[in-house]
Amino acid sequence: MTTPISLFDKLWEQHVVADLDGEASLLHIDRIFLHERTGSVALQTLEADGHRVRHPELAFCTMDHIVDTLPNRSDETRVPGGKAFIQTTRDTTRRAGIRLYDVNDPQQGIVHVISPEQGIVLPGATVVCPDSHTCTQGALGALAWGIGSSDAEHALATQTLRVLKPRSMRVSFDGALAPAVTAKDMILWLIGRYTTSGAAGHVVEFAGSTVRNLTVEARLTLCNMAVEFSAFTGIIAPDNAVFEYLLGRPFAPKGALWERAVESWRTLRTDDGATFDREILVESGMIAPMVTWGTSPQHTTAIDTAVPDPQLETDTHTRLAMERALAYMDLKPGQRLDTVTIDAAFIGSCTNSRLSDLRAAAQLLRGRRVAAGVKAICVPGSTQIKRDAEAEGLDRVFQEAGFEWRESGCSMCFFAGGESFGFRQRVASTTNRNFESRQGPETRTHLASPITVAASAVAGRLADPRKLLGGSHG
Amino acid sequence: MDKFTVHRGVAVPLLRINIDTDAIIPSREMKHVSKTGLGDGLFAGWRYLEPNGRTPNPEFVLNQPPYAGASILLAGANFGCGSSREHAVWALKEYGFRAIVAPTFGAIFYNNCIRNGLLPVVLPEAAIQHLSCEPVTGSLTIDLERCVLVSPGGTEYLFEIQAAHREMLLEGLDPVALTLKLEDRIAAFQQRDRTQRPWIYLDQPNTASQNPLA
Repeated sequence: MTTPISLFDKLWEQHVVADLDGEASLLHIDRIFLHERTGSVALQTLEADGHRVRHPELAFCTMDHIVDTLPNRSDETRVPGGKAFIQTTRDTTRRAGIRLYDVNDPQQGIVHVISPEQGIVLPGATVVCPDSHTCTQGALGALAWGIGSSDAEHALATQTLRVLKPRSMRVSFDGALAPAVTAKDMILWLIGRYTTSGAAGHVVEFAGSTVRNLTVEARLTLCNMAVEFSAFTGIIAPDNAVFEYLLGRPFAPKGALWERAVESWRTLRTDDGATFDREILVESGMIAPMVTWGTSPQHTTAIDTAVPDPQLETDTHTRLAMERALAYMDLKPGQRLDTVTIDAAFIGSCTNSRLSDLRAAAQLLRGRRVAAGVKAICVPGSTQIKRDAEAEGLDRVFQEAGFEWRESGCSMCFFAGGESFGFRQRVASTTNRNFESRQGPETRTHLASPITVAASAVAGRLADPRKLLGGSHG
Repeated sequence: MDKFTVHRGVAVPLLRINIDTDAIIPSREMKHVSKTGLGDGLFAGWRYLEPNGRTPNPEFVLNQPPYAGASILLAGANFGCGSSREHAVWALKEYGFRAIVAPTFGAIFYNNCIRNGLLPVVLPEAAIQHLSCEPVTGSLTIDLERCVLVSPGGTEYLFEIQAAHREMLLEGLDPVALTLKLEDRIAAFQQRDRTQRPWIYLDQPNTASQNPLA
């Protein structure tokens, strides 16, 4: 009888090139993605050091972090020095022979949106990018993780990385989700319950019936915030939903090779009886639409509850952080979240900017108007998604409701494009980080799902989407 | 890469938990395609009175006279969480920090420290609390050979670090150069892997019809 093996162990073993001194392993890297913020400096240093890119055909680059998202864009951007990042990226990728999704490329978009969309990430592949949300791509059964620019140089020069093996954790979500509860609410709930350090040092496999019933796009949302849970990365065993999603995508294998690949990918699952260093079981039915109230993704509560009281927190550092967060957010303990008025709403980012996210928000916005005084912006995750959304008229739904409809990019998620909603403005946002000043100097961020943000935009305050959907949303 | 063997310096306490890399170096402070020019932007949102301004905020600990020239940062749990931007490490180093002491670190930040000769020291929260109460006039000593941190009062705190990371820092090794010496192993892996997972290698026929480089 063979020993049961976890999905993570299978992925790891398939990529070990050599065991190194001091417990590290040299892992083969199958795909490298770069963007103009951190990739430009990696390629520039690599050139200066006289190293060549070992496999340019396995490396890809996009313009998403600095590029403007306003119509008729060019290399000009309001980011200080931004134009140089864009042009250095263009020059260095051209010299290295790396496929670049340039500013006006019809396939341009946010790295973690276009990698699956183009079939660049595949089940069983190792994928790295100098971007912390690379964990998003684990949704397709890849071992995908964020690295720094120096490690990106290492990967580009050697097609490998030196890695210490993380421990393993399984988070099993079981049962049906309640109406208006999404993958975003699942991950916010998990981080709220187990803290932002909850998965430190672990690879997290998301499993259970709830996860198996999520669409591939929803799984990408779930894995996106694994890094906010301090995980090395998140992974989900690939299944028919993933294979159907990938079939026919530009960089996915074709013909007989596709058949062979799928046969191999079907073995990428955790064997019955495999053990993990840690296991968490979640009954999904108890999760409500979630929203953050503070400045850490663990400062999370259900939309129909109140801001918690730091005085009830026993850990001193956690209490001090809560008090600091409430002062920054200008909120009081006991205040109901659904009474907090907002100045702005943002739908976009590698967390929630895919077609299904836009459809869900549009369903709620159809025939409604954004509240007076609320600045609302929608930024599709890729130029392809923007075109697809426009083909089904979603752009008109957003615009008629009072949303701006933008070109693809990271945008307001982190003050990209040099834009912010403004000093101390309060934003309902589908992004992944509510850190102090993340969206611009002293901007106050409330993370939530696309339907909760859409409902909030209409109400002019943080709002429970269940009230607008009338319980009809599944 | 800079070696790290023994360092003696003033420690400054910034004991907030979850200090993220956006706080360490805001994106608006990353103005050039460069690993330098980042020291002034370190903790810019807290260190200066206005966004984009350079008037020191006297309440921020780095601006207080006893800590001028501090080279060791005492921090709260999950230091360096968030964005992968290596600019956070480059900014800390350019400012003059040689070591960060925290109960836990963000994983990508931790790796970035190792790659740049900035020593991440993991100590329990209680130990860091004690260290932050030491008189600021004294200096801490961190000895990576012995994996020990010595307080100004002479208390010794042992810390652990993975052997691979310790060696990288002590020797100031260049991991790219080291790995390039393993070329034979990489080539052998790829030769074997191409037969098992040919769809991974996009230079082969029929793997990616739209790959312009195929």
